[in-house]
Amino acid sequence: MTTPDVIVIGGGLHGCSTALHLARRGIQVLVIEKDHVGRHASGVNAGGVRRLGRHPAEIPLSVASMELWHAIRDLVDDDCGFESHGQVKVAETEAELETLRRRVEEVRTLGFTHEELIGQDELRDLVPATSPHCVGAIVCRHDGAALPFRTTLAFKRKAESLGARFIEGIRVTGLRRAAGHWHVETTDGAHEAPRIVNTAGAWAHQVAAQLGEPVPLEVIAPMLMISAPMAPFLKPVLGATGRPLSFKQFINGTVLIGGGHRGRPDPETNWTDLDFAALAISARTVWDLFPVMRGAQIVRAWAGIEARMPDDIPVIGPSRTSENVWHAFGFSAHGFQLGPVVGAIIAELIATDRTNLPIAPFDIARFDRPTSL
Amino acid sequence: MFQRLPDAGDTTLSITVDGKPVTARAGDSVAATLLAAGIDHCRTTPVSGAPRAPYCMMGVCFECLMVIDGVGNRQGCLVPVRDGMAVEIQHGKRELAR
Amino acid sequence: MSNAPELRDSYDVAIIGAGPAGMAAAAICAGAGLSTVVFDEQTTAGGQIYRAVGETPVRRAAVLGSDYWYGERLVHALRASAAHHVPGATVWSLSREREIGVSIAGAARLVQARRVIIATGALERPFPIPGWTLPGVMTAGAAQILLKSSGMIPQGRTVLAGSGPLLWLLAWQYLNAGAKLDAILDTTPRANRKTAWPLAAAFLLSPYFRKGLRLLLSVRRRVRVIADVSDLRAEGDGRLQAVVYRAGDGAETRLPADTLLVHQGVVPNVNLAMSVGIAHRWDDDQLCWTPVVDGFGGTAVDGIAIAGDGAGIAGAWAAEERGKLAALAAVRALKPDARREQLPDEAQVRLALARVERGRLFLDRLYRPADRFRLPDGDTLVCRCEEVSARQIVETVALGCTGPNQMKSFLRCGMGPCQGRLCGLTVTELIARARGVTPAEVGHYRLRPPVKPITLGELAALPKNEAAIKAVVRG
Repeated sequence: MTTPDVIVIGGGLHGCSTALHLARRGIQVLVIEKDHVGRHASGVNAGGVRRLGRHPAEIPLSVASMELWHAIRDLVDDDCGFESHGQVKVAETEAELETLRRRVEEVRTLGFTHEELIGQDELRDLVPATSPHCVGAIVCRHDGAALPFRTTLAFKRKAESLGARFIEGIRVTGLRRAAGHWHVETTDGAHEAPRIVNTAGAWAHQVAAQLGEPVPLEVIAPMLMISAPMAPFLKPVLGATGRPLSFKQFINGTVLIGGGHRGRPDPETNWTDLDFAALAISARTVWDLFPVMRGAQIVRAWAGIEARMPDDIPVIGPSRTSENVWHAFGFSAHGFQLGPVVGAIIAELIATDRTNLPIAPFDIARFDRPTSL
Repeated sequence: MFQRLPDAGDTTLSITVDGKPVTARAGDSVAATLLAAGIDHCRTTPVSGAPRAPYCMMGVCFECLMVIDGVGNRQGCLVPVRDGMAVEIQHGKRELAR
Repeated sequence: MSNAPELRDSYDVAIIGAGPAGMAAAAICAGAGLSTVVFDEQTTAGGQIYRAVGETPVRRAAVLGSDYWYGERLVHALRASAAHHVPGATVWSLSREREIGVSIAGAARLVQARRVIIATGALERPFPIPGWTLPGVMTAGAAQILLKSSGMIPQGRTVLAGSGPLLWLLAWQYLNAGAKLDAILDTTPRANRKTAWPLAAAFLLSPYFRKGLRLLLSVRRRVRVIADVSDLRAEGDGRLQAVVYRAGDGAETRLPADTLLVHQGVVPNVNLAMSVGIAHRWDDDQLCWTPVVDGFGGTAVDGIAIAGDGAGIAGAWAAEERGKLAALAAVRALKPDARREQLPDEAQVRLALARVERGRLFLDRLYRPADRFRLPDGDTLVCRCEEVSARQIVETVALGCTGPNQMKSFLRCGMGPCQGRLCGLTVTELIARARGVTPAEVGHYRLRPPVKPITLGELAALPKNEAAIKAVVRG
């Protein structure tokens, strides 16, 4: 086995995307995944492909990633189940509508026009099933949704077809630097490469800690639930303003309900305990916003294990303690849409040591600063 | 097709299935009532529209999903029949395409 | 139940399932003074084996046989106890903290228990043959439930097909009831006799031996039995019209039929146990998943035990004894000062268990279903809910889906309302064969609650508790 140029630790979407973009540049890459590719958040998230509501620092990346999504078949030879019927964030009160109005203005000031404010009439046209009490919304017309596991697997398959290698079911146990190489020790022997990328998601802080740069990563398990097929009533992905909700109907009629409520993760055993009392709150939100859903059958609920940073934006960029190491983790429950572009950024950094996209806000060193005083 | 044993009690209840009257025995499930009435299928599937009939009678297969008193997706084998009940065949595909 | 006591928010012991294991466990726990609730989905206690035993409309005792009527004792003991039996209760979730989500008459509740005994029993193994979804085809178990709970027998041309004791028991009960059977198509592979034979001595000592033999001979005298059936399908336009089979290497035969009753053994109903993270192992003798339990049915999840066929198929009598053992463990944990005379003697229970478990492996080997009838091919449907064929599953393995969970995203296999109960084993075995690995390596669907569907309205109406209020704050 030849020594790869890069070892990627973690076979989620960001790891697979990094592998794909590296392979496209002719760089030899090995991905090490402790379970199977897409096992955690990458494979079981809500699948939202959304620019709407992004943190200002993330907007440029999100906008760039959206262009990749709209040509996803060219990138990975699979449509990833991507559909672009827009994303809508509704206001239930005049006060909420005012919040949305200010948000749209803020985004425009930053030079972006993808978020649009719409009134009650246009909301009714766009999403006739919304409860009549909703007074308006932000719409992001070219946002959409995709199938998470299918997407992650498509990135893996395309990367493999370009020469990337994947080893699944082995876990990284240690990192060692010797003779200019990183030695990645695993539960099944050691692998070495001059460079490593940490895309280990909810386990990424363990890697960072080994490099002497601990991060305040919180392991979270956002809960989702899905209904039995319903008659079609909703095309865009829908969110609310005053309460957590992410809501969408698949083409097969099933309705996915998510949005913030969390289960209890146990990252050591890959287990998540669901909290039905909290899921009941999501159910009440849907009950209020979509009367058509009141008799819907909930057939399954689940939670993916992922990483949240205290400022709710990811870590993207080079290690500040170790040479030839890059990080991409901590996407704080909204990393799926960024997957295509983050892999491109990391590959660009590795190949050229620079990127045109503004990644300074995602520097791992930001956690070195004292947070209070 | 099923028949009742001659000594298996009287059918004293009456329900409707898609509007047509059907007699029933107190203690039977809705699924059993339909089988005894010779009703071919209780639902059509959401995917292909194929007809389906009760298969397991113990609540695990979900083939006997029906509309009972206006509520859809009820497991007919778990619902005891009651006098005056209105049962409808559940049309999976047609309702989804509405 | 008009004078049923109000459901409490918490109990010492919650038992899920009122079959032989659940009923036996409940009587002991309640007898020792523990507050005990028994949730059961059916309207009457008994489980499937003693289904409707207190209320069956079948008047002649000889029709169903004495083994069925034995169940009355367990029902009486449950009724006489202080245990709160809640019929018509669908348990849809169980957490590691032993919080139970249950729906009763369209209203959902969360109930807390200090110990939980899962006694959800068995279900019939999938029998994926071409046409098995046609109206007119149902399981032998379903037909037996119709007989026990409604006094119904088939009308018209009736064929039984498959393998295993239940098939013969049903035929015997039908003949007792005066039903006419056109044929029994026995799919038991001939080669099984060879592998089972060395274990026959143990079975000769089993209480099942004499009864089984008598029953088998009685049926064979009265019904045409076709042995060594190697190929089987159901045909019809919109409903069953004919059963087509082949015996051995013989020619294809077409039997016009109105009802086809299929069966090839039972397997543990694992959905609730798996959904709470209890480890299961692949049992190569029983060709199914069985939970990892200790000698009292205890699992690695604190305070949760499994009793009865859900802990591995061993039959109704064994289920009763295993229910007693799980109850003993619960009483010892929660009420160490319980008086001994209130409790069954553990040594005696273990003796009884050993006696009724004798010869089980012989039955497993003798009635091991043929590969042909577990591993379908071509257009034969595997997932009945989402109508996914065997061919689609094998093709998806080639895409890089190495397990049942990865497949969901492509095929929706196992994502319908039955939540994999009717396809899980088939999918695991098909993937294992396609990959050339063991079913243990492939694994099962990752089963998540609700393990039975609940309506959004029920969930929305869940009483608010402290956890919910906290969730809002952090949301």
